Amino acid sequence: MKTKPRLTDEQLIAIFRTMLMQRTLENRGFQLNRQGKIPFASASEGHEAVQAGAAMAFERGKDILVPYYRDLGLALGIGLTPYEVLLSLFARAADHSAGRQFPHHYASRRLGLHTISSIIAAQLPHAVGAAFALQYRGEAGRAVLTTFGDGATSEGEWHESVNFAAVHKLPIVFLCENNEWAISTPLARQMGQPDVYKRAEGYGLPGAAVDGMDPIACYEAVDEAMRRARSGGGPSLVEAKCYRFLSHTTDDDDRTYRSPDEVKARRKDDPVPCFERLLAEYGVLNAEQAEALKRSVLEETNDATDRAEAMVYPDAADLYEKVYAEGWEPWIV
Amino acid sequence: MAVVSSTNSTVMNNVEAVRATLYEAMKNDERTVILGEDVGARGNVFLITKDFIGEFGERRVIDTPIAEASIVGIAVGMAMEGLRPIAEIQFADFIYPSFNQIVGEAAKIRYRSNGEYTCPLVIRTPYGGGVRGALSHSVSIEALFYHVPGLKIVAPAFPDDVKGLLNAAIDDPDPVLFLEHKKTYRLIKGEVPDGHYTIPLGKANIRKAGTQLTVVSYGLYLHWALEAAERLAQEGLSVEVLDLRSIRPMDKTAILNSVEKTRKLLIVHEDNKFGGIGAEISAMVAEEALFSLDAPIRRLCGPDVPSMGYALPLEEEFMSSPAEMADAMRAMVKF
Ligand SMILES: Cc1ncc(C[n+]2csc(CCOP(=O)(O)OP(=O)(O)O)c2C)c(N)n1
Ligand SMILES: [Mg+2]
Repeated sequence: MKTKPRLTDEQLIAIFRTMLMQRTLENRGFQLNRQGKIPFASASEGHEAVQAGAAMAFERGKDILVPYYRDLGLALGIGLTPYEVLLSLFARAADHSAGRQFPHHYASRRLGLHTISSIIAAQLPHAVGAAFALQYRGEAGRAVLTTFGDGATSEGEWHESVNFAAVHKLPIVFLCENNEWAISTPLARQMGQPDVYKRAEGYGLPGAAVDGMDPIACYEAVDEAMRRARSGGGPSLVEAKCYRFLSHTTDDDDRTYRSPDEVKARRKDDPVPCFERLLAEYGVLNAEQAEALKRSVLEETNDATDRAEAMVYPDAADLYEKVYAEGWEPWIV
Repeated sequence: MAVVSSTNSTVMNNVEAVRATLYEAMKNDERTVILGEDVGARGNVFLITKDFIGEFGERRVIDTPIAEASIVGIAVGMAMEGLRPIAEIQFADFIYPSFNQIVGEAAKIRYRSNGEYTCPLVIRTPYGGGVRGALSHSVSIEALFYHVPGLKIVAPAFPDDVKGLLNAAIDDPDPVLFLEHKKTYRLIKGEVPDGHYTIPLGKANIRKAGTQLTVVSYGLYLHWALEAAERLAQEGLSVEVLDLRSIRPMDKTAILNSVEKTRKLLIVHEDNKFGGIGAEISAMVAEEALFSLDAPIRRLCGPDVPSMGYALPLEEEFMSSPAEMADAMRAMVKF
């Protein structure tokens, strides 16, 4: 048995609850898609540990999160509510983007959660700019956490961003969620060697790899890097080795490019049941308590689903809102 | 599945036409290579190159890292040194990282070397909306590129044109941006002649002849314009529908000839209006045929907002419809 980490029982249970909520909400997305209620869903099964762990290292009200589209657990872990997630899935007017954005492209000024596009690696320069702003204003004690997949590390913007952050010793943590796949492209077709963290040395910042199926290890690695960033120690690159259990999205079929046996073999590391077992071993959560937690997560999901579904779509006229500060081309009459 | 309907043509949809043409190019010319994201093992996200990697191998069907600047840039280098690359940008919305390589490099290779070097490169990409693609899977990009001398842009609507124009693009000695409207991929079917043929770039096609109004369009909206024109025909109104097919070079002669005949011009496109393809066509006609016009030129285009949205009402508000096009046509005929 592993030694119990320095996290409190409360924190360990909070991490587990985030992981459960992530999985439950994603299942809900797929259900709604099959029922024809939403045209699209995607999931991050296999990423629960890295996201819930990293979220625990995020200081709410201080830090800034610049995520990518596979970060439901991170968003939940820093305070996004299931109701907000369902508003995004249903594309309702009350959603943060007023129904404009694809599902799982959240944003919340309140939480310090940046708005993102679907464009791979486009968020990285923004994260670096945000870190520069913190440093520029001398706001010690704050840092930026930005995330991306293994595939994103091939884009020029990834390299340009890490380099700039290293040059200026910015308060930022680059967290790679390496799930070994980029749609159908395996790691070996993405990069010449499989370790993203090793690139850190070339750019002049600390780099570390961590077991992305272990939420505590992920918490510890990200926490150490965030503390360094907040206290003026500069940027870090953390690589969490995880796995994508499902197809890329509802529009993809992973059987066309990888064997179900590969996926099945990796399922033994599924972070959700593994962490549940670990918490039982630690004596933090017994079977009964775990069941109660699952029930409460499902109830919250059901309630959020009903409330979000009952909300209205945006109006057609909303298409012309928020184009400019002055409105929609007010200079054209 | 393609159905053989006669000895010399086959019914295909647009996806099948792209696939068949790429297959033929790979088969017939060893210099041809295909590169892009998920084009190999997955066979492209729309399965256009499915099984190509098995038949032609990894050296000719290249699954690239996610890096559009280098997908195009590497294809430029290949083209300069005797290969015939067909680069794919998975969705047009992802083309921006490669803007530098397309606009700043590919389009200028011939010019800056005074013809010592050339860049026979095809960049294929699916574009357009109406598929619940929201901000990053819906965009029309033609207007961002049609300002660029040295670049050709093709946007076919029908499967026979897909084949003939893609063959011409592959044969072309200069860089061609080949735009495939993703909503037409499986929606639009038609007869495609068997065997190798090309349709010259820069030639528009009268898809429906008429006398009272010229409608110029391309891509998905061309099909909707045809549908609208049919409705008007039932009302006894005669509309000519011109399929632009190539955006640059643009078939000015065909546009002017049609306008001289009908004396009215409506341009319809999904891309937003300001500075769009319709702006150039309007200017051309105003410069060269103003006194042939019996009505002001009209453009029915996408609204000038940053994107269509994901929520259905936002997408529907952005997209036009055959009914809206019919209304615009009726108003112009009656003007
Ligand atoms: C610039 C850009 N190119 C291509 C795509 C299409 N695309 C969407 S997700 C994806 C794979 C991303 O893989 P990775 O970065 O490993 O993240 P993962 O989805 O595995 O979490 C690709 C190629 C895109 N969205 N943006
Ligand atoms: Mg990945």
